[in-house]
Amino acid sequence: MPDEVAAHAEQLADQLQEMILIREFETRVSSLFEDNELPGFVHLCLGQEAVATGACWAIDDDDYITSTHRGHGHSIAKGLEPDRMMAELFGKETGYCGGKSGSMHIADVDQGMLGANGIVGAGPSLAAGAGLSIEQSDEDRVCLSFFGEGSMAEGVVHESMNLAGVQDLPVVFVCENNQYGEMTPAEDQHNVDGFEARGEVYDMPAETVDGMSVQDVYEATAEAVERARDGGGPSLLICETYRYHGHYEGDPTTYRTDEEVEQWRERDPIDTLEASLVEGGHIDEDEIEEMRAAARDRIDEAVQFARDSDYPDEEAAFEGVYTEEI
Amino acid sequence: MPEKSMRHAINDALSEELARDDSAYLIGEDIGKAGGSFAVTRGLHDEFGGDRVIDTPISEAAIVGSSAGAGLTGSRPIAEIMYADFMGLAADQVMNQAGLFKYMFGGDVTVPLTIRTVNGGPGSNAAAQHSKSLHGLFMHMPGVRVVLANTAYDAKGLLKSAIRSDDPVVFFEHMELYNREGEVPEKSYTLPLGEAAVEREGADVTVVATQKMLHYALDVASSVADDISVEVINPRTLKPLDVETLVESAKKTGRVVVADESVIQNGPASYIARRIEEEAFYHLEAPVEVVGVDDTPIPFSPPLTEAVVPDASDIETAIRGMPRL
Ligand SMILES: Cc1ncc(C[n+]2csc(CCOP(=O)(O)OP(=O)(O)O)c2C)c(N)n1
Repeated sequence: MPDEVAAHAEQLADQLQEMILIREFETRVSSLFEDNELPGFVHLCLGQEAVATGACWAIDDDDYITSTHRGHGHSIAKGLEPDRMMAELFGKETGYCGGKSGSMHIADVDQGMLGANGIVGAGPSLAAGAGLSIEQSDEDRVCLSFFGEGSMAEGVVHESMNLAGVQDLPVVFVCENNQYGEMTPAEDQHNVDGFEARGEVYDMPAETVDGMSVQDVYEATAEAVERARDGGGPSLLICETYRYHGHYEGDPTTYRTDEEVEQWRERDPIDTLEASLVEGGHIDEDEIEEMRAAARDRIDEAVQFARDSDYPDEEAAFEGVYTEEI
Repeated sequence: MPEKSMRHAINDALSEELARDDSAYLIGEDIGKAGGSFAVTRGLHDEFGGDRVIDTPISEAAIVGSSAGAGLTGSRPIAEIMYADFMGLAADQVMNQAGLFKYMFGGDVTVPLTIRTVNGGPGSNAAAQHSKSLHGLFMHMPGVRVVLANTAYDAKGLLKSAIRSDDPVVFFEHMELYNREGEVPEKSYTLPLGEAAVEREGADVTVVATQKMLHYALDVASSVADDISVEVINPRTLKPLDVETLVESAKKTGRVVVADESVIQNGPASYIARRIEEEAFYHLEAPVEVVGVDDTPIPFSPPLTEAVVPDASDIETAIRGMPRL
């Protein structure tokens, strides 16, 4: 492990910085929501930062991702700007979707971010479509599809994996097993011993990964991405992780114990990485504090930007339904 | 009469019907141990156990499809789909399965299935995938009855009838009405499917309104009462639709507004308007005015949502726009 860290110290420090940024974004969203500054509802990925960061580190700017209702981390990891994301959460015209979408639907197709999604299980089918486009135009791109383990119960997820398999599509299915779908534990929703079987049945390479380790997620994704680019078809990654907050902000989380949360927090992807980077002498406490301060500043600016932005004009509500007015 | 929230009234109806009929069971996502995403089924898992209040994986097609199959084989399933928007994933199970069996199989079978689902949510800024009113889609499916929960009183009486119906029924609740209280009798009662209610009598304008629009219409009727006498009708069920009550009122007032939170184009309000125009044509001062969503997804940002989703002021404008008042 120390050798591993030494070999990748620089990249790990950058990944740490990004995970700290995601955590700062989510933590701030949590308090803004509690203060009633945000309309709608929000689902946070606190605890799952290593999956978003590790997976997106393995793709290029012109690759695609599909995301979920818990998508802020994926967006930041794909390179979306916190200020326009925050503005979207506030419903402001400067948001990524002009205020039309909110937390659950942030998208920036130009940056390859094909949308957070309010419909569980929708992402993998869209990813298969991106895979088909890539094949049709003979491009070298790939699509990562993030989805929760709960959505593995939706038929469309299986149809999409099967389609990607028979068409050898360049898609990496990234399942985030955060142990619960809403209020129900994963084991009550799936009669399967580990989710790898769900990929093997479609004859695609499937691997279970420590989703609390950004390096592990990165390496597994990089391998799957390389295979996809080489024409080797889709893969399935199962990232074992945990969401620290409730399903949605305000969820009383009566379905799990504090001890369970504590146990996962001991494996926190940010704390453990910080510790091993410091231990190996690759960065010091001051540098970590600088990273935190930089993330705080960036999110302060994002919140200010969102607060200072205007709401969209009412007319905008009726624009953009069709390509031209009908 | 005691006041109860619509949430409570629905919970009572479910509890009473589960107790009454051993072949009935509830099935859906997080409806059991968690008590429902909107706490509608709270306590029922404790009362009736996990065999009759069944938590499922996130699989809308299987929830509704299995219910169609169970209905066909002697059970009386009551399925919950968390948001009407998610009915998209289960639409096949209604339009190609449950709704067709009786007819396709020669008329003898029954599919006593009730699907409870939830319209609305624009007021909670849940945006385009969690806010639609979709009863119109299911009105379009032969063999399927469509019922709305508009008041707490209706919700209880109609849900019990829906459950007892031997046809598939899609029962639409409304996110923003769960907390609204209304008078609900202590004793057990049912309301027939196919009878509208005149909620307020009036002479000048008829407003036919559903769900949240019904409550707006009643508020507007009181606030304009000095100038205009508004009759407010709650259609209660859309299939069957009590055309007679609507037409009678239209003939009396000669002016009709239909208000419904669905998309106007090819939607429920447009259909109701057509039925009234057809049968009360010579009594009308003007074409029926329709209030709803103008062919637009529900946006997230509060000012945009307000622009798209109809409210009391839209109903008042439609009323005041009627000729020769
Ligand atoms: C089709 C559909 N069904 C149900 C829901 C309600 N819902 C939202 S998130 C969620 C749980 C999803 O679990 P999982 O896929 O594991 O993702 P997680 O929330 O754990 O990140 C459910 C049931 C939905 N949004 N869409």
